[in-house]
Amino acid sequence: MERWQRVMERQGNAPPDDIPIVLAREGHHGPVIHAANRTARLSGINPGSRVVDMRAICPELQVEYADPAGDRAALERLVIWTRRWCPWTVRDGDDGLILDTTGADHLLGGEAAMLVEMETQLSLLGLSAQLAIAPTWGAAWALARFGPVRSICGPDEMGFKLGALPVTGLRLDDDTVLLLRRLGLKTIGAVIDVPRLSLTRRFVKAGLESNPLLRLDQALGKLAEPVASVDAKPRFRVQSRLAEPIFDPTPYLPELCENLCEALKQAGQGCRRLHLMVYRTDGDVSHVDVATSATTRDPNHLHGLFRDKVERINPGFGFDLITLEAGGVEDMQVVQNRLDGGSDDDLHLTRLVDRLSAKFGARTVTRPVLRESHVPERAETQVAALVKLADVPASVAKDRPIRLLDHPEEVRVLYAVPEGPPAQFIWRRQTHRVARYAGPERIAPEWWHDRPGTRLRDYFKVEDQAGRRIWLYREGLHEDGRGGDPRWFVHGCFA
Amino acid sequence: MGSLRVQKRLAGQVRQPDPLTHTLSEAFPETATDAAAVGFVLARLPRTTAPILWVQDRLSRKEAGRPYLAGIGTDRPLIMVSLSRAADVLWAMEDGLRCKALGGVIGEVWGDPPVLDFTATKRLAMRSEAADVPCWLIRRAASPDLSAARDRWRIASLPSAPHPHDAQAPGLPRWSLDLFRSRRSKPGQWVATYDRTADRLDLSAAIRDGTLATGHGTAGQRAAG
Repeated sequence: MERWQRVMERQGNAPPDDIPIVLAREGHHGPVIHAANRTARLSGINPGSRVVDMRAICPELQVEYADPAGDRAALERLVIWTRRWCPWTVRDGDDGLILDTTGADHLLGGEAAMLVEMETQLSLLGLSAQLAIAPTWGAAWALARFGPVRSICGPDEMGFKLGALPVTGLRLDDDTVLLLRRLGLKTIGAVIDVPRLSLTRRFVKAGLESNPLLRLDQALGKLAEPVASVDAKPRFRVQSRLAEPIFDPTPYLPELCENLCEALKQAGQGCRRLHLMVYRTDGDVSHVDVATSATTRDPNHLHGLFRDKVERINPGFGFDLITLEAGGVEDMQVVQNRLDGGSDDDLHLTRLVDRLSAKFGARTVTRPVLRESHVPERAETQVAALVKLADVPASVAKDRPIRLLDHPEEVRVLYAVPEGPPAQFIWRRQTHRVARYAGPERIAPEWWHDRPGTRLRDYFKVEDQAGRRIWLYREGLHEDGRGGDPRWFVHGCFA
Repeated sequence: MGSLRVQKRLAGQVRQPDPLTHTLSEAFPETATDAAAVGFVLARLPRTTAPILWVQDRLSRKEAGRPYLAGIGTDRPLIMVSLSRAADVLWAMEDGLRCKALGGVIGEVWGDPPVLDFTATKRLAMRSEAADVPCWLIRRAASPDLSAARDRWRIASLPSAPHPHDAQAPGLPRWSLDLFRSRRSKPGQWVATYDRTADRLDLSAAIRDGTLATGHGTAGQRAAG
């Protein structure tokens, strides 16, 4: 919610605070509420309920759509950001962070001072936070969500502090929480008081998510739950600082590319993109980006991709710093696919596509693939040149032309029978007499794509007096109620 | 011994280049919208599953359409490059001929641009022979000027073969082929019938004035890939 608020503020259309706003996500029976702002929560709206129900409570409710993937990505960045307090951090579900602060609190003046510091820094980011310190992951989870503000729990007072919290704090799924409520176990303390043997007997087959005994053991520290921290990806960047401002970065590029590829090779990585930035003396920054179609760390190849692009840099009064950064860094294994050390066909093909897309733009280099459709222009779609396709439909069994016009061209036609084949037509100011024909092949419009009123097509393969085989179609029928007389179009040519 | 010597002398007489080396060929369609040249080029490409680089300039695409995968077949993936200038088409073709993984390079150039001169075609031909990748230039609305292409064809559609089941319908496509300049074989004229399902190209000698033309083409010969 707060991330959404910040995005809206940045775009300049943030709503005022006194309007109730909720973010919705798709549920089983229509949209459900994902998060609500303060005004909405005060007017009785709770997350998890359906939007239509909450509209009944609060008619002036504004609904926006939530972005869970974006939230998760933001949380991943926050995981790295919180490394300022302790070296071992991990994301916890979709809405939490776990920081292993063992041995780190005294650096910040004790645990209480550390929590205040964390809350201050997070609020400077525009985020509200509920913080708690506990010896285990489970206990910290429960205390942060259901405990008092900034609660600190020592190892010996865990049972006492957790006992007052509701069973929801045990990180169980909804069915188990409902079951425990029905059994009359409303707090964690009540679950602790139940004899261990009967809990074991009742939940012997349940998994971790629905087993209160395992979750209790995790929260009380009887069952280990280690924190596996993720590593921030290293950034690969080389720079060359120049003594004097220059106007042309070309002489420095080979060395930069070589240094970068050496660094990538040391780490066993390859890159998909390169960003070349020049820092101009007047304080401006220009950049050139190139991309490759497969991960690579070949300096000659990467240097070649910049061949025509460097000229597009506006040098201004010259620049004195050049940086080259690798983007899209991925693991890359060195593969030898032929024992005799001959040429690697796939590699050559990806390099060719890279060179062509770097020179002419990625949109000019495409690969046509078939698609499931009967309408001829929709039966083919363009994808990037080296995409591996999972399921390619089999080739069409019908007789199809080998050339297709991008836009069908209207022709003037003479025919003997209105529903029959043409006898003669004029295409591009030339008269073609139809000697032989095959058809019609009727292709109905796809009602799930097309506008209502789209007319069907009757395709004919005709051969004119000189032997040219042309594919033309009549759009519509006479008196089909969708416009006037049918029109005729040429759509392609057969071999 | 004598027969061996005769054989040797015969072998010495037939001084033909290795027919397996691929090279640059040019195809001139009779009219701009005639797809016979495209069909012939596709029939002559080697039957592999290697991708084909197909470079088109803007006018060719606008006037004669784009290659349609449903009619060509999906056994060979196409890499399409649509460009606007003839110089870019030649650059892309030459760059493609550096890659031996391709099954063929096809370029379509409209008209007679000044960049498509003898030097440009010579570069293409030598690169094509060095990489052993067949290279075809389809030149619409062009005049057959000076060029270094090893084979130059003039191709037009002919009325098709009779359909086996339907007398009214067009059957297997027929093309008139005119090899008017060739470095490796004798020029000649043929009538070709192409069977797409069997991927078989039958050449027969073109009949002029009621007499059989003496030519290289023999009836029923399968085109060398």
